[in-house]
Amino acid sequence: MSFLPQLIFLIALGITGYLVSRRVSRISQNILLGKPLARKDKPVKRLQTMALIAMGQKKMFTRPLAGLMHFVIYAGFVLINIEVLEIVIDGIAGTHRIFAYVLPSSFYAFLISFFEFLAVGVMLSCVLFLIRRNVMKLPRFWKPEMKGWPALDANLILIIEIVLMVFILTMNAADQVLQTRDFADNHYTQTGVFAFSQLLVPMLSSIESNSTLVFIERFGWWAHILGIFAFAFYVTYSKHLHIALAFPNTYFSNLEPKGKFENMPSVTKEVKIAMGLIEDDGVVDEVGKFGAKDVNDLAWKNLMDAYACTECGRCTSQCPANITGKKLSPRKVMMDTRDRLEEVGQYIQSGKSKEEAFEMGSALYSDEYVSREELMACTTCNACVDACPINIDPLSIIMQMRQYIAMEEADAPQSWNMVFSNIENNLAPWQFSPSDRANWIQDVEK
Amino acid sequence: MSETTTFKVPLMADLAAEGKNPEVLFWVGCAGSFDDRYKKVTVAFVKILNKVGIDFAVLGTEEACTGDPAKRAGNEFLFQMQAVQNIELMNGYGIKKIVTACPHCFNTIKNEYPQLGGEYEVIHHSTFLQQLINDGKVKMKESGDFKGKKITYHDSCYLGRANDIYEAPRDVLKMLDADLVEMKNCRTKGLCCGAGGAQMFKDAEKGKKEVSQERMEQAIEVKADIVSVACPFCMVMMTDGTKQTGKEKEIKVYDLAELVAQAEGLN
Repeated sequence: MSFLPQLIFLIALGITGYLVSRRVSRISQNILLGKPLARKDKPVKRLQTMALIAMGQKKMFTRPLAGLMHFVIYAGFVLINIEVLEIVIDGIAGTHRIFAYVLPSSFYAFLISFFEFLAVGVMLSCVLFLIRRNVMKLPRFWKPEMKGWPALDANLILIIEIVLMVFILTMNAADQVLQTRDFADNHYTQTGVFAFSQLLVPMLSSIESNSTLVFIERFGWWAHILGIFAFAFYVTYSKHLHIALAFPNTYFSNLEPKGKFENMPSVTKEVKIAMGLIEDDGVVDEVGKFGAKDVNDLAWKNLMDAYACTECGRCTSQCPANITGKKLSPRKVMMDTRDRLEEVGQYIQSGKSKEEAFEMGSALYSDEYVSREELMACTTCNACVDACPINIDPLSIIMQMRQYIAMEEADAPQSWNMVFSNIENNLAPWQFSPSDRANWIQDVEK
Repeated sequence: MSETTTFKVPLMADLAAEGKNPEVLFWVGCAGSFDDRYKKVTVAFVKILNKVGIDFAVLGTEEACTGDPAKRAGNEFLFQMQAVQNIELMNGYGIKKIVTACPHCFNTIKNEYPQLGGEYEVIHHSTFLQQLINDGKVKMKESGDFKGKKITYHDSCYLGRANDIYEAPRDVLKMLDADLVEMKNCRTKGLCCGAGGAQMFKDAEKGKKEVSQERMEQAIEVKADIVSVACPFCMVMMTDGTKQTGKEKEIKVYDLAELVAQAEGLN
């Protein structure tokens, strides 16, 4: 027996492992370019959140049909991995359907039939998702930020998943036909009937040549597993990365009320000194800049959010600004954050220092990425945050850039500057005299 | 007025001078103090507090903006200046419990003041009214003015998504013997009025329409006679919405406190 297929398999597995792990380490390096943020408290609550939101996909079901179809693909993806495990063992050991030897034969047939059921479910869901995107043209998939690569990426993912499932079913059908054939060294073990691929058996039975059938079966096997290897690498460059990052991203969710915006500690010290509440200890803290101009001013969780985003657009479809035709799209904020971070990451890979890398290209807050017009349209209503199926927080990024505009550039809109001076001078956002504040009491006692 | 209740608005400074500490501080907020429309809500709420006999006080001219609009506009420094001043004042009076009719004040004092040294029990007036109703302290007149009227509740972002308060305002409205209807976007999916995040104080960016108009169209869709709000900014925007959709005669915008006061015969 030739060891060549095993050798090829091991080389393919090794290359995939190397490429994927290199990409994973670059992504985590990029995420760690962000500022520190404490998100390790309450581990039990965090695990519960992850179980409910990521594993249980609770928020996906706010749109029941899409939620169900997504769940089928998710369950298929997770469970079919058991079959992938068999394929990997077979590939390394040079065996064929090793689980058929290990497991009782009726159970093996049931297991493979169950995987086929999932595979058919995945195919159906993917077809329906393609129709929703390309035929029904759901508005959220046709926003300006979805032009070009994002739209292609989405379609490619769905098509690749369908093709991978076709390979499984073809391989299984050819296998069943080969089990009935009589030829030298027939290693196709009797497994019993597989529920869905048996429907393809009549078609393949008409092929008389055993070697053609073996070729079809092997082609299905190799194409399926090599397809999975290639897809695993592709995913690290794609919006599809959510299949992995949804879990840590929900674990590190913001557990505070959504209305609570962080208070900047560096400002607190300044304010208390200014008000004479604490003595100036003369220690000048490393303040850095106020708010965020670029991705390295954001927290690591904001950056993880960007990599976890799968561009579904539920945020944008709930955004009051976007609904009424303003330029702001929370999804675009996430996509821009990821694109800018990837850009900077590539500069660093090409040998630039971090300082140099952030000087190159346009910062996140720029017309190239997130513009002033977009940031100023946000009502901080938290609809995007609530809508995200994996607890991404676009509002946090928007707010940090607003802080940069107001505090570093002192370039808030003119009417907001008036509000600031009113609050300072009149203790209210409007220009009323503070001494008139209690005049309403006369209306009560009237 | 059927009853001869005399309405009183005790000032915190006066009570402190007498060595008294009221049970609850009513934080009026800038809109409740200065905005002509929302002053009516302040008055309605104070009348309810009087009728029920709540031991309360207001800060009067000592109150200052919580800093919410500054913070949401990105001016953290100004926000913290306001916050620390207010906290110093309230801690000086030994205030423990605060009720306010403004979700923005509510959110800021409840969530953002503690870290700066201001820890209080903060209640929004929707929850406060609901508790009064639950305790039987406020009893609605049977077959009141709202019978047969369709009321819809517009969720304030800073009550709802920001602080998970969805049911208290609805429970209050259920007492009104009216027909409570929900708009297409409600509760966690509630559509903002367009004023949050300091948008109240500037023109909207270029777009197809105002958010307030979009929201009012949803109220029109469910044929609401009354749009009930629990926030001064929502009040302004929804009132604008009735004008933008040409429905200012058909649809009225009221705050929860006004509806309760009206049902109680307090106006």
